[in-house]
Amino acid sequence: MPHRSLPTIRSIGASAIDNVMRLGYATRFIGLTIAHSGTSFARPGLIIRELYFTGVLSLIIILVSGLFVGMVLGLQGYQTLTTYGSESALGVLVALSLVRELGPVVAALLFASRAGSAMTAEIGLMKATEQLSAMEMMAVDPIARVVAPRFWAGVISMPLLAAMFSAMGIFGGYIVGVVLIGVDEGSFWSQMQSAVDVREDVVNGVIKSFVFGVAITWISLFEGYDAPPTAEGVSGATTRTVVTSSLAILGLDFILTSFMFRGI
Amino acid sequence: MASEFLIEIKDVNFAYGRRPILTGINMTIPRGKVVAIMGISGSGKTTLLRLIGGVLKPTSGEIWVDGECTSALDQAGIYRLRRRMGMLFQFGALFTDLSVFDNVAFQMREHTDLPESMIRDLVMMKLHAVGLRGAHKLMPAELSGGMARRVALARAIALDPLIMMYDEPFTGLDPISLGVIANLVRQLNDTLGTTSLVVTHDVQEALNVVDYVYYLADGKMKTHGTPEALRADKDPLVHQFVYGEAEGPVAYQYPGKDYGEELKLGKRCEASPPGGRHAA
Repeated sequence: MPHRSLPTIRSIGASAIDNVMRLGYATRFIGLTIAHSGTSFARPGLIIRELYFTGVLSLIIILVSGLFVGMVLGLQGYQTLTTYGSESALGVLVALSLVRELGPVVAALLFASRAGSAMTAEIGLMKATEQLSAMEMMAVDPIARVVAPRFWAGVISMPLLAAMFSAMGIFGGYIVGVVLIGVDEGSFWSQMQSAVDVREDVVNGVIKSFVFGVAITWISLFEGYDAPPTAEGVSGATTRTVVTSSLAILGLDFILTSFMFRGI
Repeated sequence: MASEFLIEIKDVNFAYGRRPILTGINMTIPRGKVVAIMGISGSGKTTLLRLIGGVLKPTSGEIWVDGECTSALDQAGIYRLRRRMGMLFQFGALFTDLSVFDNVAFQMREHTDLPESMIRDLVMMKLHAVGLRGAHKLMPAELSGGMARRVALARAIALDPLIMMYDEPFTGLDPISLGVIANLVRQLNDTLGTTSLVVTHDVQEALNVVDYVYYLADGKMKTHGTPEALRADKDPLVHQFVYGEAEGPVAYQYPGKDYGEELKLGKRCEASPPGGRHAA
């Protein structure tokens, strides 16, 4: 007679196999997307249209959040730095926090919930209403026509949004620190200028947000494309997009940071 | 090469894994005719359409479409073949992010280098053919079910296909729209010189407009013939289907436990009182 724990072990095994298979599908999916990107680059109009939906429409949430995050950094940073009498370093603190970490990470989290979920829902619903099948029957490859333009639009807009988030954040820090609290304006900017390194800080931040952009759009598009064609299926896929993307962002951030800032 | 039959299906079997969906299907579809594939839901009609469209490959057997064997074609070959096919989906499957005009223009823009002015003329002609020229600026969400189906029809005939396939074109339409679509199927077939394949279970509408009927049951070809022959068919299964009778070889009750046993008639006293779950 089989042991009592057999069904449990069996279900763990089954879900492990399922997950490995899904990972395989997802890898094949991203491979196909990149291989079928020719159409998108031959017709930039397709990418530009998606840039509007993923990038431009995410601007408001990115800019407003950036401003507030910067203002909070200004307040908190001043509180701490003033204990050591070094409030003139406020600019450095705000800029480095944003450019290295908060800009890429928070912008990516916002991007995943604003644009990623929308992408999943849209593609999932296109699948559920047979729009993707109709496209295939019209001899148009949905990966080339629907998925690839969205992928590149996401990959392009993520670093730009992160940069705008950081710029807005620095502006917020300036308003709180210099305009409202009265930190010396000259030292705020000049210390920031001398302490922030282009290669070490700015470029690394851009690399991070590029990697996050790839991860978020990959997850969002795959979840949408793979969603069961029902209301339940699409809603589940949208939730999974936000959860998986957020975890991926935070996990990848740790890995990237540990490689980038080893010597510091 | 121009054989009399546009589509030939020879001994086709198809199975999802181990579950057989279609067994031993033989069919020929002559050029220029409107042919219906009928059968109750789940009899494998739509699967047959997907096989002809090359979305699925048969487990065994051959499907010849316009002189090409679909199972021998690669992806590019299938796509080339599909440019000669138009398909109307059950609920239209219009692209919801594009206007009526852009929906109809979609294939022209994807597959041809026609100038925009010519595309405009062609789109207007196709929309005129389905009586919706005036609706070209609307979005799919603003259309009624019948209108959406007609726009989808205009989109399907955009590149003058050789074969038109209809997947349940009459489902969920009011009687007027239903008649309109049924007549359009016939009219477009005759004026455009296409060959049409209609998958449906709306018997009466379909029998009025088609030339020939194939009747599928449980994945097998049960019978085929002209609409008159089908109406006169003595087979109880076909008779039940054509006249829509509730009882016959297709049982009304989904198989289950014995009714009496299900209601626990034998042991009444053990049954909980009405609403007992909440009361407890």
